[in-house]
Amino acid sequence: MEIFDNLALGFSVAVTFQNIFYCFIGVLLGTLIGVLPGLGPVPTIAMLLPITFGLPPVSALIMLAGIYYGAQYGGSTTAILINLPGESSSVVTAIDGYQMARKGRAGAALATAAIGSFFAGSVATFLLAVFAPPLADLALKFGPPEYFALMVLGLVASVALAAGSVIKALAMVVLGILLGLSGQDVYTGTPRFTFDMLELADGIEFVALAMGVFGIGEIVRNLEDEHSRKVMVQKVKGLLLSKEDIRRIVGPILRGTFIGSFLGILPGGGAILSSFAAYSIEKKISRHPEEFGKGAIEAVAAPESANNAGAQTSFIPMLTLGIPSNPVMALMIGALIIQGIVPGPNVVNEQPSLFWGIIASMWIGNLMLVVLNLPLIGMWVRLLTVPYHILFPLIVGFCCIGVYSVNNNALDVFTMALFGVVGYVLVKLDCEPAPLLLGFIIGPMLEEYLRRAMLISRGDPTVFFTRPISATMLALAVLALAVVLLPSVRRRREEAFKE
Amino acid sequence: MKSFKGAAVALAALALAVVPFAGARAQDYPNRPITMVVPFAAGGPTDTVARLVAESMSRTLGQQVIVENVGGAGGTRGAGQVAKATPDGYTVLLHHIGQATSATLYRKLPYNVLTDFETVGLVTDVPMTMIGKSTLEPKTAAELIAYVKDKKDAVIYGNAGVGSASHLCGMLFMSALGTQVTTVPYQGTGPAMNDLVGGQIDLMCDQTTNTTGQIKAGKVKAFAVTTKDRVKSLPDLPTFQEVGLPGFEVAVWHGMYAPKGTPKAEIDKLNAALKAALQDPKVIARFADLGTEPVSQERATPQVHKEFLAAEVAKWKPVIEQAGVFAD
Repeated sequence: MEIFDNLALGFSVAVTFQNIFYCFIGVLLGTLIGVLPGLGPVPTIAMLLPITFGLPPVSALIMLAGIYYGAQYGGSTTAILINLPGESSSVVTAIDGYQMARKGRAGAALATAAIGSFFAGSVATFLLAVFAPPLADLALKFGPPEYFALMVLGLVASVALAAGSVIKALAMVVLGILLGLSGQDVYTGTPRFTFDMLELADGIEFVALAMGVFGIGEIVRNLEDEHSRKVMVQKVKGLLLSKEDIRRIVGPILRGTFIGSFLGILPGGGAILSSFAAYSIEKKISRHPEEFGKGAIEAVAAPESANNAGAQTSFIPMLTLGIPSNPVMALMIGALIIQGIVPGPNVVNEQPSLFWGIIASMWIGNLMLVVLNLPLIGMWVRLLTVPYHILFPLIVGFCCIGVYSVNNNALDVFTMALFGVVGYVLVKLDCEPAPLLLGFIIGPMLEEYLRRAMLISRGDPTVFFTRPISATMLALAVLALAVVLLPSVRRRREEAFKE
Repeated sequence: MKSFKGAAVALAALALAVVPFAGARAQDYPNRPITMVVPFAAGGPTDTVARLVAESMSRTLGQQVIVENVGGAGGTRGAGQVAKATPDGYTVLLHHIGQATSATLYRKLPYNVLTDFETVGLVTDVPMTMIGKSTLEPKTAAELIAYVKDKKDAVIYGNAGVGSASHLCGMLFMSALGTQVTTVPYQGTGPAMNDLVGGQIDLMCDQTTNTTGQIKAGKVKAFAVTTKDRVKSLPDLPTFQEVGLPGFEVAVWHGMYAPKGTPKAEIDKLNAALKAALQDPKVIARFADLGTEPVSQERATPQVHKEFLAAEVAKWKPVIEQAGVFAD
């Protein structure tokens, strides 16, 4: 079996003292920057690139990869503890994870995230090892019409993210889409809603928006509440998962892993949708959908598994095709070039020890993350008992640094402050921010893919129905919409919401 | 309200931290790290060029040259930041051909490309290649030209966005052939390459940095290079000039700039370090991997760079105005 020879080669590279050391440094740094609100893998990796000059290529890539998936791990910690999603993938985790934390179940939520991520990471790494080339070919079959259909499906499913009024959720999605439209039009270069500011030419920064409406808005809301003004939780209940918890998270982890592994392969938006999709599906098939949005453990397990699986499989286009699927992968390609390796489809054959070494290191890295993070849960949870007058200024300070570091853009800090106010108003109006963020992410992509599909088909709209993948997804979207709109189903939803 | 005060203090501290120290004396320049602004995201081809040069310059100058990515607005945000920076030699810009084209592409640029910068020297000219999807009918550059003239706007040409090098190359190609193809912009080269390899679009013209790997693996068809001479790493590819497009020349040239008013002594030190970097064997080797080479020592001077920039601004002005595409 060739695959075993390859894996043996991979582990022989990854299990050297030096590479295990760099893998550890990577995941440790990744976890740390993931935990600090707003600091993401992109500025960290950019900062560390000069250090990798002197390392062998495999060690450099192993460390940088560790930072990336370590940050996915750490990001969920902040999302759960203080409602601060630093990356699009942890927005969904924040919804129910933070509610669990407020109920004193932060330990269980963090443990679920860690276990789900480990399982998903291991499975996705295995998929990467066995099926990377065929999966990459599958991703290439996705043209603009298919992406458009996928975005439509995602948008329809996003209504399911709302725990309350469907109308309000739709309003939030539309508001999000409108906010997402600001910036230079991709096709004509025309600036939209930029007020002649070059800083706004690329639109509103996602991290600033997300941290504003979630984190800062939540802090402001907490401040007005006299009774809960001292600390977030008085008493932390059991850190470990009960038997009932474990029973409830097995299914969501499996489904989340599957969804994330598949969507992660698709460059340009696939990975972003995975955690949203995993959440929506769990809510649809759950026997107690009324708990979603109020601290359902399934709603942490599924999206966390999905985003970590997606983080691993997003390496597939980069490693097998030399095409970056997100800014982190673009940085990895930059690192390869600096090392004198020309990225492209030939890397697998020309540099087998690099390719398989990185894959093997991912498994080791995921194991390290679990070993590293489970004992830390107790410490993270105690953070919640830090008095607000110490905790909040610290969070706000870190948020400012983090948001600034994304683009070295001072305007982003003010954007975050503005959306903090927006977030507070939304809480007062009982509107949920998650559909807004999904609209913000999907809206511009919806437009981009629609116009691109139309340009390529030269104005022929049947292209969406004559291509099988696109037609299937649009049919699914119609089906999902029908389910939402069917009166009997709606009545049941309304009953559920009254509880 | 306590926490608001805390936040204000944190913000103030942050603001203080970014105010640059002033008043360093020229003879001990440089006595602290130099910031090299790259007006694009980390990991891209320009960033890679900058990091290779910065690393070598650090060794010559005895101070770290730190690359700072200030992406956005087609490179004009980063360039604008450098134009307004203190002219003390501690802030430099590494920009590509976009510095020249932005003068025409952006009608409301808050700085003047020709008068708000001191040129330090040219760095490298990265060649571009015209590539097509693997199933595209024509096999040679001559066949491609005939094919495009015949099919006209049924040919789908992808580029990396308004004002990108691939956009410029496409405009020049169309004006050289006197025909219009259907242009499909993407947000960056990555997604465009994805659709080209997947066969969704027909043609693209991009830097060898991005295309060499795909060409050598046979995932795309290569037709021609856009430079005057053939490229060493792709010796079989003809130039467009060889196949009957006289004067067709476009390369992603890179140059280094400092804010207007930077003292001559500082510019000279920076230029000397740049020249040394361009002779550094490691830089030469990595540039070769990218399908390029450093410019000659004669071209890596402030004067040649200044004249070249002015010539490039003049060269692209009519091409862009004729296409009628502006970025604002």
